[in-house]
Amino acid sequence: MNTTNTVAEIFDDNIADIGDYKANSLWRLTLRRLFRQRSAIVGLSILCLLFLLALFAPYIAPYEPNQVLIGVEDVRKRDAPCIHLFGCPNDQPQHIMGLDGNVRDVFSRMLFGTRISLRIGFTVVTVAVIIGVTLGSIAGYAGGWVDNVIMRLMDVILAFPFFLLAIALVFVLGPSLTNAMLAIAVVSTPGYARVVRATVLSVREAEYVEASRALGASHAQILFGRILPNAIPPLIVLVTLGIGTAILDTAALSFLGLGAQPPTPEWGTMLGSERNQLFSAPHLVFVPGVAISLTVLAFNLLGDGLRDALDPRLVNAGAGAKS
Amino acid sequence: MIQYTIRRILLAIPVLLAIITVTFILARIIPGDPCRAILGEKATEEVCDQFARDFGLDQPIHVQFGIYLQNLLKGDLGNSIRYGRPVSIILIERLPITIELGLSAMLIAVLIGIPAGIISAVKRNSIIDVVTMVGANIGVSVPVFFLGLMLIYIFAVFLKDTPFQLPPSGRISAGLSATPFYEFFDMQVESGSPRFLVYEFLANLYIFNSIITRNWVILGDALKHLILPAVALSTIPMSIIARITRSSMLEVLGLDYVRTARAKGLTRYQIVFKHAFRNALIPVVTIVGLQLGGILGGAVLTETIFGLAGVGLSMFQAITARDFPIVQGLVVVIAFVYVLFNLLVDLSYAFLDPRIRLN
Repeated sequence: MNTTNTVAEIFDDNIADIGDYKANSLWRLTLRRLFRQRSAIVGLSILCLLFLLALFAPYIAPYEPNQVLIGVEDVRKRDAPCIHLFGCPNDQPQHIMGLDGNVRDVFSRMLFGTRISLRIGFTVVTVAVIIGVTLGSIAGYAGGWVDNVIMRLMDVILAFPFFLLAIALVFVLGPSLTNAMLAIAVVSTPGYARVVRATVLSVREAEYVEASRALGASHAQILFGRILPNAIPPLIVLVTLGIGTAILDTAALSFLGLGAQPPTPEWGTMLGSERNQLFSAPHLVFVPGVAISLTVLAFNLLGDGLRDALDPRLVNAGAGAKS
Repeated sequence: MIQYTIRRILLAIPVLLAIITVTFILARIIPGDPCRAILGEKATEEVCDQFARDFGLDQPIHVQFGIYLQNLLKGDLGNSIRYGRPVSIILIERLPITIELGLSAMLIAVLIGIPAGIISAVKRNSIIDVVTMVGANIGVSVPVFFLGLMLIYIFAVFLKDTPFQLPPSGRISAGLSATPFYEFFDMQVESGSPRFLVYEFLANLYIFNSIITRNWVILGDALKHLILPAVALSTIPMSIIARITRSSMLEVLGLDYVRTARAKGLTRYQIVFKHAFRNALIPVVTIVGLQLGGILGGAVLTETIFGLAGVGLSMFQAITARDFPIVQGLVVVIAFVYVLFNLLVDLSYAFLDPRIRLN
């Protein structure tokens, strides 16, 4: 009886182990670890809020972002924030973030600016990832002189200080938001290319890749189906942190007048065009500055959380503890 | 060690050549006619022909590159279109400002970042660790241009007429003037000679000049003017250095030899500084080297905000005015400085880790 029970228990345990094994996939463990980190939750919450604000900006914003309020309301340029709840007289129109130098509602511009900043972050990183992954995988997979040429080119880009090269590129292309985004994307490319190349090199000769080759898989099938999925975890971390950096750097270019041009409600442009009013209307510097910082902070917190959650040593430790 | 140094210097040469080539190409692919981009749309055909001859733009591209290289080797970076003066002279006047700002920022970043990282690692999960890492996360997320403006607002407006008031712009207060050290020591030097240019460059480093001429009033005033821009510029590198130091220290503190040191009964000070810190230093040195790029880039923004006429502000003004010889010259010089600094960082690895120089 005892023996039977023991066998049954062992069998049940094995079944349970298989169940656990399935449950402990990399992504499931990653998510579980991610949601255990307070900082990552804070980052994710801020980002969710920003996405909602960006999505519903036209419904939340009391005014059009570029609407000049002269003649519409009794207001003056660079009026300080007026919130009725906090004692601002009811006969004054409410502008919770005040008005800018062209008598436009700052809150409405900030909301539409959220859309622009998030779009900047995602577009820049998408372009950088496409170029970086393509170059990195070609370099790693082909090897030889192709690898040498591509990686030396990446080294040259890395030899320049990041932001200065971006400035030089915008100088060549001409100041505009698209060109600023392109410049930041180009200078971010080497980071992605290096990570992908390193992954490709580390698994190029692995047995399962050899097996695919022996089964007659094409180069594209091997590269995209077998090798590149290994690069996804480090890329996710790099992408999350990269979005924050892209927003920060594009805002800096716009601040210098090399990115988005007025009247685009881009946060860096808004801050740059009102920076001389720091002493008379500090809210015009404070509001976009805090918005940029908060957005970048949210991406950094999430990126850090993902890095810890995707760390193979920690994930394996988690899996080991479970089984 | 000598072999390692020579090998690293030889490896830097192709990178420097590539930088020169890329800068040359960038300057040549500016859309539109360079003559009209520089002299304005109303420049006549004759003026543009003369311009092309003056700048060698009528020559084939490889000849132009040859002329450019030849001039560069002679230290000739061309003439500024806006100021009509040699770019090299403008650099001698303005580079010291950026060097002073950059070095101060780097010093603040290292002096605060490394101890903060060490304390954070040693007191892991304590309130100090949490506060340091939250601070580092915020520090790395706040744009330099916003932080600079906020510092100006706090220290020049909010704390006005208090002992904490700090000047929002410039290098020294109006009415003060620094006597160059070569005049102070009555050194005979011919104006415009190479030695004069070197002296002028050194005298433009106000802190250095005021220390060797023992002018403490100027030193105090220059330092007061430097605090806000240096703090603004140092925040991002400081945060990154603190984070890297913490993770590097945590990794080393978990190793067997540290446990052995602890088992031997060594004091915490001996374990942390004599055993762990030296081995944790290599990633920190790497990151300090890489931060120079950030500081040079951030200098453009910091100098613009604080009205410091350094290389960064010159670059910004030159871009606005489409003064391409200045942009080209500054990009080459800054990239050179960056490569050289990274070379020094590489050489310091060999000093820190004998395994590297032996390999």
